[in-house]
Amino acid sequence: MVTTRTETGPLIDGATGKWEIVIGMEVHAQVLSKAKLFSGASAEFGADPNAHVSFIDAGMPGMLPVINRFCVEQAVRTGLGLKAQINKSSVFDRKNYFYPDLPSGYQISQYKQPVVGEGIVLVDLPGGKTIEVGIERLHLEQDAGKSLHDQHPDQSFVDLNRAGVALMEIVSRPDLRSAEEAAAYLKKLRAILRYLGTCDGNMEEGSMRADVNVSVRKPGGPLGTRCEIKNVNSMRFVAQAVDYEARRQVDIIEGGGTIKQETRLFDSKKGETRSMRSKEEAHDYRYFPDPDLLPLEFDDAFVARIKASLPELPDDKKDRFMKDYGLSSYDAGVLVAERESADFFERVARGRDAKLAANWVINELFGRLNKEGKAVGESPVSAAAMGSIVSLISDGTISGKIAKDVFEIVWTEGGDPAAIVETRGMKQVTDMGAIEAAVDQVIAANPQKVEQAKAKPSMVGWFVGQVMQATGGKANPQAVNELIKKKLGLE
Amino acid sequence: MSKLTDLTIAEARDGLKKKAFSAVELTEAHIQSVEKARVLNAFVTETPEIARAAAADSDKRIASGAMRPLEGIPMGIKDLFCTKGVLTTAGSHILDGFKPPYESTVTRNMFNDGAVMLGKLNMDEFAMGSSNETSYYGPVINPWRRKGSDTKLVPGGSSGGSSASVAARLVMGATGTDTGGSIRQPAAVTGIAGIKPTYGRCSRWGIVAFASSLDQAGPMARTVRDCAIMLKSMASHDPLDSTSVDLPVPDYEAAMTGNIKGLRVGIPKEYRIDGMPAEIEALWQKGIAWLKDAGAEMVDVSLPHTKYALPAYYIVAPAEASSNLARYDGVRFGLRVPGKDITSMYENTRAAGFGREVQRRILIGTYVLSAGYYDAYYIKAQKLRTLIARDFEEAYAKCDVLLTPTAPGPAFGIGEKTDDPISMYLNDVFTVTVNLAGLPGLSVPAGLNADGLPLGLQLIGKAFDEATLFRVGEVIEKAAGATPRPQSWWEV
Amino acid sequence: MSVDKETVRRVARLARIAFPEERLEPMAGELNRILAWVEQLNAVDTSKVEPMTSVVKVSLKMREDAVTDGARAPEVVRNAPAGEDNYFAVPKVVE
Ligand SMILES: [Mg+2]
Ligand SMILES: [Zn+2]
Repeated sequence: MVTTRTETGPLIDGATGKWEIVIGMEVHAQVLSKAKLFSGASAEFGADPNAHVSFIDAGMPGMLPVINRFCVEQAVRTGLGLKAQINKSSVFDRKNYFYPDLPSGYQISQYKQPVVGEGIVLVDLPGGKTIEVGIERLHLEQDAGKSLHDQHPDQSFVDLNRAGVALMEIVSRPDLRSAEEAAAYLKKLRAILRYLGTCDGNMEEGSMRADVNVSVRKPGGPLGTRCEIKNVNSMRFVAQAVDYEARRQVDIIEGGGTIKQETRLFDSKKGETRSMRSKEEAHDYRYFPDPDLLPLEFDDAFVARIKASLPELPDDKKDRFMKDYGLSSYDAGVLVAERESADFFERVARGRDAKLAANWVINELFGRLNKEGKAVGESPVSAAAMGSIVSLISDGTISGKIAKDVFEIVWTEGGDPAAIVETRGMKQVTDMGAIEAAVDQVIAANPQKVEQAKAKPSMVGWFVGQVMQATGGKANPQAVNELIKKKLGLE
Repeated sequence: MSKLTDLTIAEARDGLKKKAFSAVELTEAHIQSVEKARVLNAFVTETPEIARAAAADSDKRIASGAMRPLEGIPMGIKDLFCTKGVLTTAGSHILDGFKPPYESTVTRNMFNDGAVMLGKLNMDEFAMGSSNETSYYGPVINPWRRKGSDTKLVPGGSSGGSSASVAARLVMGATGTDTGGSIRQPAAVTGIAGIKPTYGRCSRWGIVAFASSLDQAGPMARTVRDCAIMLKSMASHDPLDSTSVDLPVPDYEAAMTGNIKGLRVGIPKEYRIDGMPAEIEALWQKGIAWLKDAGAEMVDVSLPHTKYALPAYYIVAPAEASSNLARYDGVRFGLRVPGKDITSMYENTRAAGFGREVQRRILIGTYVLSAGYYDAYYIKAQKLRTLIARDFEEAYAKCDVLLTPTAPGPAFGIGEKTDDPISMYLNDVFTVTVNLAGLPGLSVPAGLNADGLPLGLQLIGKAFDEATLFRVGEVIEKAAGATPRPQSWWEV
Repeated sequence: MSVDKETVRRVARLARIAFPEERLEPMAGELNRILAWVEQLNAVDTSKVEPMTSVVKVSLKMREDAVTDGARAPEVVRNAPAGEDNYFAVPKVVE
């Protein structure tokens, strides 16, 4: 597989000098379908042993596959979301090997002719850089069952509930160059899938799993031998696995050894990768077209129908946020990372000062949500409430400082911000008479400071502070400032 | 009572309707002949109790005037069809004790139409064989013998239990499956009729798979009409089989008008193979003469790639089989032979569970699919299939149906060919092209040879034109005259 | 392409069929005779021929996405040689 990435990425240090990490990913994303790819059994996660199993999934004699149209549509939908080539004719092949959780002795997958071809994913890196990651292909295939090794001293138990569940295998080109890039790619891919609604991206339940191919090379040199690290099931683990594996390979090569191409398993407890004994044997999968199925064919109308139903995707949304709301690339990026966050922001920003809205949503709301480990959907402060707080600030009813108090009240007690400001007398004082009285009082009480201020006008800040204190923060800081300057004859 | 077993399905249907006898009487008569014929080894499992219950139910329905198309007809089911709650072995040790929790679509169709199951019929292991000698349950013996000889002959294969039990009057009809000739060749060497329908006509759901792109179920019975009656019930569009075709099933009997005037019958010259026995050539000529007399017009056609059909078949079928048989691993059903670890459990189970011929074909199939050989063998063979199918398309521009011999010779002795796989494979030389092209083929009994052994003629039709095969087949059948029944030497 | 003893060993391993040493050589012979026989296909020029993809000229039928099966674990495991509480059991697998 060739890389489309030309410039050298970040490097790591070895005893003999710098090394470049080259990473490609195979992501298995479970299609959000009710039933399995080739059987009518439920694809739902978590059930009693073999409760979501049909005779087809159990590989019983004479059982035959019939494909689930919805799964085909979701694969095409995802392909369109990856700006990829859609193949109107594709073929299901049998991948033959023996394993207890593979009941038929073969996995129905797509080998030579996948339903989706080459595409592209744009990945924003912390620090503002954006990289293009090439997508090699996306194909539909069956998931395998589960072997449990810890239930019995000398037996493994087999549960086929997952066997036959529809997966989309999304294969990237080796265009990633660091643990950070790998994690960012996975995060972006997950966002796209969730925007499309084709996969829930739940890595804990295994509905999204990453196999990471890692190799190292001298900067700009030829690609090294890669190792495939299986089932790395969180963003954090991807980063850990890459760093560990790259270091391991560099040490071996610098120690005079060579890397042998192999499948390795990530041990999340130890944070290490180790060789998979079950995969040691050289495989010969004997792929051939599944004679129980015909070629998968659809027309342009089929694709067009799906295309017409695509939502606005993260990249387009980000551009629009920057253009329409004048947001920074960073702020827009943060807001579109999850469809829910973007929607929340837009409800807050509608008809209001968008920059101010972005500030409050990102800093106050998201900050607080993260601190309490809550999702946007669980926010105690509704978009409407957040919006009215923003309005109250922009129309000068409350100062930013007071707004923080209002936010705190709505977060903990709930309620309508406008009403809270009203009943709790948190409005800014705009009555100049009252402000002037307060200013005169402060000036009268501090003659020597008045002298200093005349020499050093920056002292005005001190007076403003005093006045704000005297008015419980409710005086309009702008008005106070001007008034003081006037009275001290500083303009 | 014994003559009840000589009736055809059509005659029995009329007798039951007229209440000349009851379904229970008809079934009891057959149960008796099954019990008397155990030396033929035609059954793996006898199910007399299931049969009696079904027959009693049939009599109720007949009494209430709700008679179904196969009401009360005693049938045998090839042991490749999964039958709910009844041992299903595919003639293999590896399926020891397997009782499917489901019913194959074809047998369900038959039972819904009133068929009575007498039992599960012996067969070559996983339908891999042409003589029924590869069955784990031992060979089936052909009810026919050479004149003045008691040499045990094979009943053909793989549907040998089906052919023998129909010919010996143990059942009125039987299901078979045909991957390379497994319905037509055994039918021919036991003097009965059998049809391999167009691929996709009968559902494969619930039939133990051998080679998925070639397997097709079909009826075997003593007359062409009986086959037509059975196929009408067996065939259906099945949403559970992606390769089953959504076409209405015609009334085949209605199409049997006896009129073939002006019908163009193709005679493919490539079927005149070297070393073909004179009696087969003579039989073929007789068939040509009969059809001419009936007003049909003979056309010489060419199927140039015929000689490549068998080699192509022996790549495609084993390749598909090697994958289809991977599920017999000792984990979810059937035989398990322990091993020190999972791999040796697999290897021991499959070594003990599969017979020699099945192992040989799995190895061939695994080899031709393995890295580096796939294109040279599998793709090459699939390209030959394209050419063979094209040959037929071109021939059908000139004719409506093809006439050929069914098998290169009569039934041979048990053990005569077992040591030479290729000579065994050659039994399918006239039948296998039809499977590769997915076309329908009917074998019609066409008389006895000098030794008094039955021979058959094959009619090959256009896709989904089984109706024409039945119409022409009945004409040949009439001209050939009723095949006598074999001497019942086996009766104890 | 001629099959030797080692090839039979490798292929038998791929097919998960235990083969006693003494049967490898004879099986190599049998396979070679069959392969030699099928190699007559090489006499045909197929450079311009498409391999057959489906016997019947129909398009792949598709199912609607509805749960119509499952919830029958006892039936699924009933024929299993070994198992416990609706699990299949196999000799311990090391990953
Ligand atoms: Mg992969
Ligand atoms: Zn995969």
